[in-house]
Amino acid sequence: MVRETTRRSKGRRSPWAAAALIGIGLLITGGVYAGASAAMAATTPETTASSALTADDGKKLFQANCATCHGLNVQGTADGPSLYGVGELAVHFQMSTGRMPLQMQGPQAPQKPVQFTDEQITAIGEYIQSIAPGPTFPEDEVLDGGGNAAEGGELFRINCAMCHNVAGAGGALTEGKYAPNLHTTTPLNMYAAMVTGPQNMPVFNDMTLTTEEKRDIITYLLYLQDNESAGGFSLGSLGPVSEGLFIWIFGIGSLIAITVWITAKSN
Amino acid sequence: MAHEDDPLEHERASWKPSPGLAVAVSDPVSNPGLPPHRARVTDKDPAAMQRAVRTVYTLFYLSIAGSIWAVAAYMLFPIESGRIIDIRNNNLFIGLGIAFALLAIGLGAIHWSKAVMSDKEFVEPRHATRGRDTTREAAIQAFADANEESGFGRRVMIRNSLIAAVVASVVPGVVLFRGLAPFNSPDNPHAGDPVYLLEHTMWKKGMRLAHDPSGEPIRAADLTLGSAVHVIPEELATVSHSDGYLEEKAKALVLLVRLLPEQLTESEERKDWSYNGIVAYSKVCTHVGCPVALYEQQTHHLLCPCHQSQFDVTDHAKVIFGPAARPLPQLPITVDADGYLVAQSDFTEPVGPSFWERH
Repeated sequence: MVRETTRRSKGRRSPWAAAALIGIGLLITGGVYAGASAAMAATTPETTASSALTADDGKKLFQANCATCHGLNVQGTADGPSLYGVGELAVHFQMSTGRMPLQMQGPQAPQKPVQFTDEQITAIGEYIQSIAPGPTFPEDEVLDGGGNAAEGGELFRINCAMCHNVAGAGGALTEGKYAPNLHTTTPLNMYAAMVTGPQNMPVFNDMTLTTEEKRDIITYLLYLQDNESAGGFSLGSLGPVSEGLFIWIFGIGSLIAITVWITAKSN
Repeated sequence: MAHEDDPLEHERASWKPSPGLAVAVSDPVSNPGLPPHRARVTDKDPAAMQRAVRTVYTLFYLSIAGSIWAVAAYMLFPIESGRIIDIRNNNLFIGLGIAFALLAIGLGAIHWSKAVMSDKEFVEPRHATRGRDTTREAAIQAFADANEESGFGRRVMIRNSLIAAVVASVVPGVVLFRGLAPFNSPDNPHAGDPVYLLEHTMWKKGMRLAHDPSGEPIRAADLTLGSAVHVIPEELATVSHSDGYLEEKAKALVLLVRLLPEQLTESEERKDWSYNGIVAYSKVCTHVGCPVALYEQQTHHLLCPCHQSQFDVTDHAKVIFGPAARPLPQLPITVDADGYLVAQSDFTEPVGPSFWERH
């Protein structure tokens, strides 16, 4: 007993020991955090701010993010098509609308929040374009919305409206596939969709619809986007389904309410 | 008005329940009579009556205001600019004024009758459906007398010639309506022959396939894989609307699609109907004639938007889903010396939905 007591008195910690321990702990965590954030701060601007990402950077990004399905050499796998000849325009369309990278296999790739910066998308596009050239970005004039909206409307009704709806509201296809609405689509993505034919959309190359005709169609769609519906509430521009539902519920509902009021005895 | 005590009395004697439906009920439901009279607030409280009267005439005055507003809106929102938004505002505000004016009259009238007018219940018995026997006999006698006095049944020549004259008076109408139908002429030898018209389209041997609506001919080399082109006969672009542009277009519409040649399944007799994987099918659905144009370039299915018929473009456009009864007719195509796509002939079967003479 006595010996033990001595030993304990010998090993008694200083009253400052606990405080010192906490202090050291705080210092270490703080230091590591500061160092880490400094490292982050040092690396992050490098990737975002350097506007000159090259096709080599695009290759690395591709191999890290896309190669699982499209193959290390862009040759395609059972899960994804080969990208030879799709062109940087297709890459830009698929990635800037968030369709790629694909979240899961399904009937159709949905639009999602965009996963990459514009520079990264451009770099991947340059890499794909460098392997096998394909459709590329158009002249700015094609996208300026300065074409003939009436001509564009006729071309849209002949070539596009059967799937995308005459007001660009989109529509259903078979087995879970659908044509998306065009209410917020950018002019570049309208052009890219026509030229590259993403997913089940047919290709409309410059021989099918000339560049001038594409400009007219883009003008028509921008007109639809910028002008409110002249016919009042559009109810989604979906035609008889939404309009019929509205009148069944509110029109017939108010008729029933008025009939009940007419026949009820006054108090 | 002389009310009878029991207006149904003479009917009860002749009415016998059907032996098949008659059910003997030991405790038949007794007539509950009228519910007790409940006085309205407006009957009990003169102030409430005043309020109701005020509400009614206020509604009528508001209706006048609505009518005046409609006239004012007609002047305030002119449509002379022709801008569609001005026309919309004009319609909207005039319509609101008129709707409010009529609705306020209706609401006021109903409120008047419910809250202000007399509130006494009274019973109004139903009148008998069957007339009294004396009335019925008198009616028959009136017909018999009229026949006797006019000699309608006796003077057969007069009666029959009248019937013939009435029938003949309809004939000019029938002839005039028949004259409205199209008829054959040297210029248009088949105009009065609907079966011929349904069986033939504008396509013929050597006619170029052209873009809708520009009429630009299509070179086979210009079609990329996955393209879908909406096609009309080249000569249709020069036809004016008054010369039947839409009638011809409705039959001759074609969808042109390019696939890989090895994706196509082709029967022996149709081997030469396509060109390097380019196939042309009628765009008119064989169900009820909607334009089948929803082409999915990866599955190569064509979907009809009206009733969801699906056609497989790789396999003679056969029906794979939906109510369509027949595959879409295929237009045999080839290329001419300049590389443009041309038809080898008209469609080999009638396009579009079934009709009486089509078996």
